[in-house]
Amino acid sequence: MSAITPLPAPTDVARAWVLLDSLTDPEIPVVTLRELGILRDVRTGDSGLEVVITPTYSGCPAMGQIEDDVQTLLKAHGLQGRVVTQLAPAWTTDWMSKAAKDKLRAYGIAPPHACASSTTGSASVVQFAARGAKPEVVNCPQCDSANTTETSHFGSTACKALYRCLACMEPFDYFKPY
Amino acid sequence: MNAPVEYLLHLADNALILGQRNAEWCGHGPILEEDIALSNNSLDLIGQARMLYQHAAEVQGGGATEDTLAYFRDVPDFKNYTLCELPHMPLMSATAQGDRDFAMTITRNFLYSSLMVLVWDQLQNSKDAQLAAIAAKSLKEVRYHLRHARDWLVRMGDGTAESHAKAQAALEQLLPYTQEFWASSPHEAAALANGTGIDMAALQNDWNQIVDAASQEATLQRPTDGGFVPTGKQGIHSEHLGFVLAEMQSLARAHPQATW
Repeated sequence: MSAITPLPAPTDVARAWVLLDSLTDPEIPVVTLRELGILRDVRTGDSGLEVVITPTYSGCPAMGQIEDDVQTLLKAHGLQGRVVTQLAPAWTTDWMSKAAKDKLRAYGIAPPHACASSTTGSASVVQFAARGAKPEVVNCPQCDSANTTETSHFGSTACKALYRCLACMEPFDYFKPY
Repeated sequence: MNAPVEYLLHLADNALILGQRNAEWCGHGPILEEDIALSNNSLDLIGQARMLYQHAAEVQGGGATEDTLAYFRDVPDFKNYTLCELPHMPLMSATAQGDRDFAMTITRNFLYSSLMVLVWDQLQNSKDAQLAAIAAKSLKEVRYHLRHARDWLVRMGDGTAESHAKAQAALEQLLPYTQEFWASSPHEAAALANGTGIDMAALQNDWNQIVDAASQEATLQRPTDGGFVPTGKQGIHSEHLGFVLAEMQSLARAHPQATW
């Protein structure tokens, strides 16, 4: 019988994962960066600990805040790390877990439908925008009615569109498929 | 493999200048939803420009940054299509001030995003891996921009007599500028030759289909091609770009090295 090997002390990478796992999005504080698919990896790079994040929308102003939040959290626990922004593979709302979608709904944001990212640029748009095409049904996060209508393609943040429910009359945000 | 710097700047300048132009609607949109829409559109475009400038700065080296490229270059250095720098007003003379015409804004966004859904789609296969990654992100955004602009173009064209007349005037004013899309330039040729760029002329048929289908649905008459082919992407611009840069760059130039 071999001797029992003592458990190794948790590495910086493991500690950072535990800390970052609970870090929430600055704009939507009910979901974590990991659940949204923004936090991609925590690893040991050439110059030490690296936290890999990917931007949502190209111009999302929250990305700077997210980088700061990661740095602040690591520093508060005595960890030194570098935040690496990685573009590929491009972020998609399809990475969002079911749990995250449920949390969004409970928070009053209709979660994104599956995204048609497999279609090519030209083909999908022409059909997508045709007048009279049946718009996708987005259920109201308050009363679950399917009787809703799009108020505006764009909303309060880059990732959302504005909808309103014709059953309970409440306006709500829809997290756009990306 | 990296794309030629000038080619990256061409793509970045298009996004930045159109983003800056559309941002002029911030606080002045015809309705609140469109104010938000155009600001969001600008946010995406400026975000794309930043990624491209960051990449170009890295390829160029020598202390270049996204800020030096955006704020410390002059008119002849900018490689954007002339289409992107025009004011939001048809038949404007040399002054930069004027009323904004929403039909011009929408028609330009339609013509540009109809092109960019094709360009970004192809550039996903660029041998420049960073450019391919930027293309994959930008494609998602520009598809949405196209949906927004096309929707409005059809509403205005197939709308009231006044909205139809404005959309028709905008199309007639802007369409000749799109001839620049298909003209050759040294940096596009260089990018195509090393596998990082694409053959623009090969996209013309697909682009025509998008534009023709939308024009037809909008009951708009597409003017025939011909006449002057603009040269903005080669650094020879209309008089309007200088005014855009003056407004956009003055703060950074008055306070170089400032951080906030």
